[in-house]
Amino acid sequence: MKHTISLLVENKFGVLARIAGLFSARGYNIASLAVSETLDPDISYMTIVVEAKDVKILEQIKKQLNKLIDVITVTDFTKKEHVDRELVLAKVKYSAKNKSKLENVFKKYVGKIVQHKADVAIIEAVGDNGQIKSLLDELNKFGIQELIRTGKLAISN
Amino acid sequence: MKGSQILLESLKREGVEVIFGYPGGQVLPIFDSLYDSDIKFILTRHEQGAAHAADGYARATGKAGVCLATSGPGATNLVTGIANAYMDSIPMVAITGQVKSFLIGNDAFQEADVTGITRPITKHNYLVKDIKDLVRIIREAFYIASTGRPGPVLIDIPSDIQVMDAEFNWPQDIKMRTYNPTLFGHPGQIKKAAKLIAAAKKPIIYAGGGVITSGAHKELKILAEKINAPLTWTLMGIGAFASTHELALGMLGMHGTAYANHAIMESDLIIAVGARFDDRVTGRLDAFAPYAKIIHIDVDPSSISKNVNVHIPIVGDAKNILIELLKEIKNTPDTGDWLKTVEGWKKKYPLSYKDDGKLKPQFVIEQLYEATEGGAIITTEVGQNQMWAAQWYKYTAPRTFISSGGLGTMGFGLPAAIGVKVGCPERVVFDIAGDGSIQMNIQELMTCTANKINVKVAILNNGYLGMVRQWQELFYKRRYSQVGITSPDFVKLAESYGAVGICVTKKEEVRPALEKAINTNNTVLIDFRVEPEENVFPMVPAGQAINQFIGGLA
Repeated sequence: MKHTISLLVENKFGVLARIAGLFSARGYNIASLAVSETLDPDISYMTIVVEAKDVKILEQIKKQLNKLIDVITVTDFTKKEHVDRELVLAKVKYSAKNKSKLENVFKKYVGKIVQHKADVAIIEAVGDNGQIKSLLDELNKFGIQELIRTGKLAISN
Repeated sequence: MKGSQILLESLKREGVEVIFGYPGGQVLPIFDSLYDSDIKFILTRHEQGAAHAADGYARATGKAGVCLATSGPGATNLVTGIANAYMDSIPMVAITGQVKSFLIGNDAFQEADVTGITRPITKHNYLVKDIKDLVRIIREAFYIASTGRPGPVLIDIPSDIQVMDAEFNWPQDIKMRTYNPTLFGHPGQIKKAAKLIAAAKKPIIYAGGGVITSGAHKELKILAEKINAPLTWTLMGIGAFASTHELALGMLGMHGTAYANHAIMESDLIIAVGARFDDRVTGRLDAFAPYAKIIHIDVDPSSISKNVNVHIPIVGDAKNILIELLKEIKNTPDTGDWLKTVEGWKKKYPLSYKDDGKLKPQFVIEQLYEATEGGAIITTEVGQNQMWAAQWYKYTAPRTFISSGGLGTMGFGLPAAIGVKVGCPERVVFDIAGDGSIQMNIQELMTCTANKINVKVAILNNGYLGMVRQWQELFYKRRYSQVGITSPDFVKLAESYGAVGICVTKKEEVRPALEKAINTNNTVLIDFRVEPEENVFPMVPAGQAINQFIGGLA
């Protein structure tokens, strides 16, 4: 099962390696990982989606992360209200014929056609898990050639 | 002050009396400053020896051990020793030279990504990138290494940083926003634990290395006597409780005593203090202690409910928690019947070996106990020698059994003995070794004689890599694959290193050889030619419940 956790960490070289190393050394899986600086440039924020087969493993992951000297706080969003978003960029098959259909799709989502050539459009979209999933289902009807995602960002409310 | 001088001045202020190490190209400035320093330096013959010596020093004295090596191969040679200290939560600060800052990443001569390599085997590590950070980093390194659940910390110092000038500003306090080990147990949890103890009928105390780290052995004894509970310990917990005490059950687990294992399996309450329910202790997890509730006292929250589910976790320093727990325990359980049952197991399944006139390794260790009147500090290698040393010497004080528990590092015992002897020069220090293990760091005999570090080595020489042979005998139909091992003439070898060598082939020669070793003011190596196919019993096969023994039961 997937769980979203966030970390505040010291913004120092090697910190990402420590965290990634902890996951690989202990056999935990990272589904997605997003990192950036916070308002305080000495601190970075990481949103990690982890796969843990039971609560015991999730607890171990949190405890082990907490043990790392460079980790300031660990927040588990499993039972905590939060807002999460993901950004998607995709190349979708495009033609003059399906232009308006494609534009119609984006009326229901936060997203747009960023640019297009004769046969391909680059689209962007932002949403939570469910929104991104249903958008991708619709875009699949047009034909997705390439898809990249930032991984989830989560913030507590 | 230059970086190298800042380093040594900082070490001095941290109370470092001795460094174990080896020089090289990227630590030349440090060794130049060492020339003027009053910190003692022990030149080992291999960097691995330096790391184990620092580890042994830390285990015997409780202070952080310090080792020093050059970049690249010097640093990689420390790796086993660092991993060893990490697994057993030993405070150690390892200092390595690194290529000049601007060469890092260029595959420079003797360059290795040492912070990268040691990341998973250190509690924390640092690459010093700015001379201004050096003092703070050293201060933090000792603080992190010695507090909470201790462990090794590595500081990698590029050689250009070692020669840079900076002001020496010693920070009095250390503040780290990200590191605050929990030292005091939660009062509510302690109250609950006291209630559970009062209600128990078959309590058992299970003590680990954390008792020794925290210095909680006195409180542990008071607790055991107050609630009249039998007490068992892990390999790392040897010495936390006097094995001569009537409540003592000896070590538990794979090569534990049968009565300790029966007692923990039948108990209704386990009070775990500074122990982590390692697989060598629990055996088959789903069959472990089926009737027991568990109180788990540990300084490391990640040890709680990692392997077994715990009913009352109490995170904090063992000594602090035991002091509070003792105050809370008002009603003590009636354990009379339970102790009778345990006594029955003790009588029915004593530790034993067949005394058939041949030279048995167990006999050698019994004799060693008598000859040293139980007063020696014992280090061990890894394998059969280690288990016999754990079973047959009676330890009565903490920090007297120095052994590689978690990592199981062959070659640990001799260099560790050097560290022990340097830390406790007035004590008799014996390395109980095997003929395989001793050859892994035999070069450290030269460190002993060159520095007049008079350690004694008792090799239980059976011509085999004995523990692996035992497994091949029991589980691989005696198909002995690469376990027969030849050795040099150990007596001549000892002599060539300037030590004294003795060869013992008969029972009656054991005691005189030991007496001679103890009374000789030199490093002494005794080659005991013991029974080749003697096994360590009792034994619980890996993956079995720990009351499912094979062998050795009378």
